[in-house]
Amino acid sequence: MSNRIKSKLQEDKKLLSIYFTAGYPSLNDTVQIIQDLEKNDVDMIEIGLPFSDPLADGPTIQESSTHALKNGMTTELLFDQLKDIRKSVSIPLIIMGYFNPMLQYGVEAFCKKCHEIGIDGLIMPDLPLDVYQSDYEAIFKKYGLLNIFLITPQTSDQRIHQIDKASDGFIYMVSSASVTGSKSGFGQEQENYFERVAAMNLKNTQIVGFGIKDAETFKQATKTAKGAIIGSAFIKHLTANGITKIADFINKIR
Amino acid sequence: MNYNADEKGYYGEFGGAFIPEMLYPNVEELRANYLKIMYEDSFQEEFNQLLKDYVGRPSPLYFAKRLSEKHGCKIYLKREDLNHTGAHKINNTIGQILMAQKLGKTRIIAETGAGQHGVATATVCALMGLECIVYMGEIDIARQAPNVARMKMLGAEVRPAKSGSRTLKDATNEAIRDWINNPVDTHYIIGSAIGPHPYPDMVTRFQSVISEEIKWQLKEKEGRENPDYVVACIGGGSNAAGTYYHFLHEPEVGIIAVEAAGKGVNSGESAATSALGKVGIIHGCKTMLMQTPDGQITEPYSISAGLDYPGVGPMHSHLYKTGRAEFYSATDDEAMAAGLELTQLEGIIPAIETGHAFAIFAHKKFKKDDVVVISLSGRGDKDLNTYIDYFKLA
Ligand SMILES: Cc1ncc(COP(=O)(O)O)c(C=O)c1O
Repeated sequence: MSNRIKSKLQEDKKLLSIYFTAGYPSLNDTVQIIQDLEKNDVDMIEIGLPFSDPLADGPTIQESSTHALKNGMTTELLFDQLKDIRKSVSIPLIIMGYFNPMLQYGVEAFCKKCHEIGIDGLIMPDLPLDVYQSDYEAIFKKYGLLNIFLITPQTSDQRIHQIDKASDGFIYMVSSASVTGSKSGFGQEQENYFERVAAMNLKNTQIVGFGIKDAETFKQATKTAKGAIIGSAFIKHLTANGITKIADFINKIR
Repeated sequence: MNYNADEKGYYGEFGGAFIPEMLYPNVEELRANYLKIMYEDSFQEEFNQLLKDYVGRPSPLYFAKRLSEKHGCKIYLKREDLNHTGAHKINNTIGQILMAQKLGKTRIIAETGAGQHGVATATVCALMGLECIVYMGEIDIARQAPNVARMKMLGAEVRPAKSGSRTLKDATNEAIRDWINNPVDTHYIIGSAIGPHPYPDMVTRFQSVISEEIKWQLKEKEGRENPDYVVACIGGGSNAAGTYYHFLHEPEVGIIAVEAAGKGVNSGESAATSALGKVGIIHGCKTMLMQTPDGQITEPYSISAGLDYPGVGPMHSHLYKTGRAEFYSATDDEAMAAGLELTQLEGIIPAIETGHAFAIFAHKKFKKDDVVVISLSGRGDKDLNTYIDYFKLA
C-alpha cells in the first residue's frame, strides 16, 4: 500500500492539517479528537506525543504537554489508544514529538509500533538530518514511515536542497523565526520567504506551520504552499470549548 | 582512549548536536568558526589580556595547611573564587563575548542557576556594551537574590523561567526558545559544558586555563606538574572540565567528580546524574540524563542552584562510562558541613556548589603523600542567606 501522506498530497486542493497534544484536555480524548477532525474534512493530523521539555514550542503547546503528562499520557498508552484507529479513520496520521521519548522506547520498536497502528510519518524536530541519515533512515524506511523535516526562513538554499533530497513526502516549512504559537499574522517577510521557496522547484511540496490560526493566515500560507498546519490555535480552542465543538473551529478555516 | 570531543562533538557515544532546524544556522555558524576564531593570535591576545587584567588570573594555587592536616593528605586549592565576579564562570563568558563580537552579534542571552553565570555574563556585556538578557528559574531568583540584584545593577534584564521545576533546566529551555525567536543578532552564552556541539568543547577550552595554570603552579610548589588527584563539583561540568582538561591524558592523575545528591541519592530529591541517569537527549546533546522510563526529563533537586540540573556535560558522561573518572555524590548536609569546615579551617567561605567538592573527604580516604588539587570554583557570598538559615546563624 502506498503511503497515505503521498496519496493525500496528490489531491487537487489545499490541505488543512491539525496538530493536537495527545492526552489533552483529557487523557482519553485522543481517538475522539482524531475522528472528529476527519469528520470535519481535515486532511491530515499531527498527533503530538507530549514531552517534558519541548524546546521548539511556545507556552500553549508547553502547557498542553505538561497537562497531558500530568493526566498520565505515555508513549505506550498513546500506542494503545491508537491501536484500532485504522478501523475508523483513513486520513494520514503523523506522530510529532521530541526524540528522547522515542529513543527511550527504542527507535526500532517505536517505528514498528507506528507501522502496526497505521501511522504514516513522524516529525521529530530535534532529530537532526545527519543523525537520521547515518543511524535511523533504514529503520524508518523498513516500516514505511516518512520522516518530515523542517526548514525556516534562515535555512540556506543549499541546506534546503539537501533537506529536499533527504525528504520523501513534504517539507514542513516553519513560517517564521519563532517557537510555536507566537506570531500574529504574516507580513512581507513571510511572503518573500514563501515565494523564494516556491521558486526553488523542490521535488517535495511544502506545508507551512507555526503561526497559522485562522482563515486569513491559512489563505496566506497556502498561496504558494500545498497546505498548512494549525496547532496552538486549535489547542486554545480545545482549552476554551472542550472537544465537542471541533466543527466550529474547522469550519471557520476554509 | 581520547577524552576530548571529536570533530562532530562526540565524546565516545556522548555529545553531538540534537537541535531543531530553527537553531541549525546559528549553531552551524559557531561550529564552523569557533576553533578558527579562538586560535587567531588577536583573539588569544585579547582573551589572555582580559583574563590577566580584568579577571585577575592566574588564580592562586593555595596550599591548605590546616585542611591538609585534618584530612591527612596534601591539599591544594585552585582559587577560582578569587576571580572577578567570584567564580570560574567568568573565564567562559570572557571567551564567549569575544566570540560573539567576532561573529557580529549584538544581543546576548544566557541561562543561570546560581546566578554566577548570569552575573559573569552581565559583567562582560557591561564591559563590551552589549544588550544582555538572563533567564533564571523562579525558584532560583528567590534563593540567589544577591546575584539577581547584581545582574540588574549591571544592566541586564533578568527574565523568570516559570515552567517545570523553575530552576536551571527550565531557564535553559527559555534561553533556547529565545534563540529560536532571535536567530540573527543574538549569541547564546551557555554557562556550562553542556548543550549542542560545539558548546561543550568550546566552554571546556575556555575553562582549560584552570588546569593549564595548575600544571606550572604545582611544578613550582611540588616540583612536579601532575597531582595525584584533581577534584571538582559537577553541575553541567564546566569547572570540572577546566580542572581536568590538561590531565585527561595523564593516567597517573586520578580524576574525581562530585555530584549533588540532594537529600540522598535515592530520596527522590537529588541531582546525582551519573547514579540516577540513563543515556538521553537534553538541551541538544546526548548524555547521561535523569528521566522517567518514558523519556520525560525529571526534576532534580539540590540545595545548590548551580548543581540543580538533571543532565551532565557529555565529556563527563564519557569519563564516567569509561571509568576514567571516579564519581561521587554529596548530600546537602555533607556539602554544607564541608563548606563550614573550609570556612573555619582556612577562612574561606565557598559557594555551596563548591562545598560539594570538599565533601569528597567524607567519601574517600587519601594517602598521606597524595597531592590533591580541589577546584574552589566559587565564593559563598551569594549563599549567605542559605548558610544563615541552615546553620541558624542569625
Ligand atoms: C561556584 C560554582 N561552582 C560550580 C557550579 C556548577 O557549574 P559547572 O558544573 O558548570 O562548573 C556553579 C554553577 O552555577 C557555580 O556557581
